[in-house]
Amino acid sequence: MEFQVLGMGCAKCAKTIEVIERIGAELGKAVNVSKVTDPATIMRLGVMSTPAVVRDGQVLHSGSIPSRAQVEAWLNG
Amino acid sequence: MLEVFSQLADLLVYDLGGLSAQSKLGDALHFFVEDTSKIFVLLLVMIYAIALVRAGLDVQRIRAYLQQRRRASGYLFGATFGAITPFCSCSSIPLFLGFTSARIPLGISMAFLITSPLINEVAVVMLASLLGWKFTLIYILIGMSVGMLGGWLLDALRAERWLAPFILEAQAAAETQAEQPLAPAAKLSLQQRHTFAKAETLDIFGRVWKWVIIGVGLGAGLHGFVPDGWIAANLGGGQWWSVPIAVLVGIPLYSNATGVIPVMQGLLVKGLPLGTTLAFCMSTVAASFPEFVLLKQVMQLRLLALLFGLLLVAFTLVGWLFNALEPWILS
Repeated sequence: MEFQVLGMGCAKCAKTIEVIERIGAELGKAVNVSKVTDPATIMRLGVMSTPAVVRDGQVLHSGSIPSRAQVEAWLNG
Repeated sequence: MLEVFSQLADLLVYDLGGLSAQSKLGDALHFFVEDTSKIFVLLLVMIYAIALVRAGLDVQRIRAYLQQRRRASGYLFGATFGAITPFCSCSSIPLFLGFTSARIPLGISMAFLITSPLINEVAVVMLASLLGWKFTLIYILIGMSVGMLGGWLLDALRAERWLAPFILEAQAAAETQAEQPLAPAAKLSLQQRHTFAKAETLDIFGRVWKWVIIGVGLGAGLHGFVPDGWIAANLGGGQWWSVPIAVLVGIPLYSNATGVIPVMQGLLVKGLPLGTTLAFCMSTVAASFPEFVLLKQVMQLRLLALLFGLLLVAFTLVGWLFNALEPWILS
């Protein structure tokens, strides 16, 4: 499963990537999380609060480190 | 109410530590323990309280609101929004992009961007506990004024021409697009607000506590080790050139408000004039190379240079003004 984490290098962005990767590993799902720091891409996706999580061009979450329940829902959904 | 921190420092340093109140080390340690414990407690309370309010803040709604504002009040709202949000520049730039691409006048977005690093709840706690409420109010007033006037001036120069090309393209596209309806406001329960505020408090406090220790430590060091009278004798007259030099010295020094405010207090106590101190502090906080590297991604060099120059001139003027007004402010 491909995820993108959007953010311009804030501490919470790194944490978000870590959370998704860790929960993915725990659930035995193959996840690939990439980091997007390019302001043009962040703007095009309409994200104003970072970190934001995107899958298939869809903004799943924005403005905080996602909770465990949210990440599990994405991975199982 | 705040004497309790002085009593705590008495207990730890004099009674348990066995240091004399007359010794230099005892005095410096007492100052350090009292100030850090006081600041820590006030920070926890203040960050939590502000976060409770901020939990209901919806950036989409704020953007829609700013779009309807007229310019003059728009600058005020932009600067106010910058003041109540604790964003670091890494998170204020996406907001800035969201604003400008929605064709909110550049000056309003700039008022937000300039004020954001200068004023936040952490800076207010530090200023109020180290330098008093009067000084804090003055600082907030100047910070917001610099943001608003800066925004106004950039609009007057039609500086939006010099945004990064990708923003200009997005603006052109936005004109032909229909307005997106806003989603209904999410009603937050008290429990949700508490959860948000608790997470924010832990996060922000977790990031700033070491800065408080470093800053107060440096401030205490200034108290103890810069000879009394040296600063007063050499820079105390508010010599006109000392202000632009303080601004220039502040640029390569990169710190957030948390780290620099205790240093400010140390400098003031040692006799550095108010205006010179303010100029130094604001330049350290608002104008820095890492900040400009981030901003370079969304602005053409011309706008970046303009913003940089504008901040330097503004801080210098603030310095001169407050050196002249000092007798009336700190009397």
